[in-house]
Amino acid sequence: MSPGAETRLWLAQRASAVVLALCVVVHLVTMIAAVRGGLTAAEMLGRTRGSMMWATVYGLFVLAVSIHAPIGLRTVASEWLGWRGRTADAACVIVGVALLLLGARAILAVTL
Amino acid sequence: MTISARGNRGHVAYWAFIVHRLSGLALALFLPLHFLVLGQALEGEAALDVFLRWTETPLVQASEIALVFLLAAHLTGGLRLLFVEFVGWRSEAQKMLIASAGGVAAFCALAFALNLM
Repeated sequence: MSPGAETRLWLAQRASAVVLALCVVVHLVTMIAAVRGGLTAAEMLGRTRGSMMWATVYGLFVLAVSIHAPIGLRTVASEWLGWRGRTADAACVIVGVALLLLGARAILAVTL
Repeated sequence: MTISARGNRGHVAYWAFIVHRLSGLALALFLPLHFLVLGQALEGEAALDVFLRWTETPLVQASEIALVFLLAAHLTGGLRLLFVEFVGWRSEAQKMLIASAGGVAAFCALAFALNLM
């Protein structure tokens, strides 16, 4: 991969990290509050179904994590396993697309 | 930081790097399962409730608390890294930043555990 492309990946991971930082704070606060007194599907879905706000927050969350996680895994594969080059890059893209699809399905399931 | 950084393992920043990396790996492995579970809501509330009842077992609850700690640790460790990369390395502040990151992560896990019980 060219140095320019590596720089773009570095920037994409940092930019996605900033978005994730905000999303994770919201997610942590929500989780800590939601588990009080036990968690039921009715209570959870009652909060998220039909909510544009939760669809937007979790949409951003999934998009950012689908960028952030594969780039991080690519770095770990390179530094700890010595796995780099086209196959590692392709695996990185596959992981990103899989997270995006699974995440989008999860959002549809809890917000529609 | 690369694997060659093992020579620096006496430094607290090395252990912060290890925690950040291992927590990231654990979260990356957990995330697809989390999405698959949430996707069960497509089959209705009852399907999701079956899974939620399973999560009430002590071993699963302990795993959830550990996951909250890992998520919070990856968040706070990541914020420290962003600070180092975009503001600069302040040697004298590193130990304080790393201790704060660990403290906030432990606080989140404890708050989650207390509400869970």
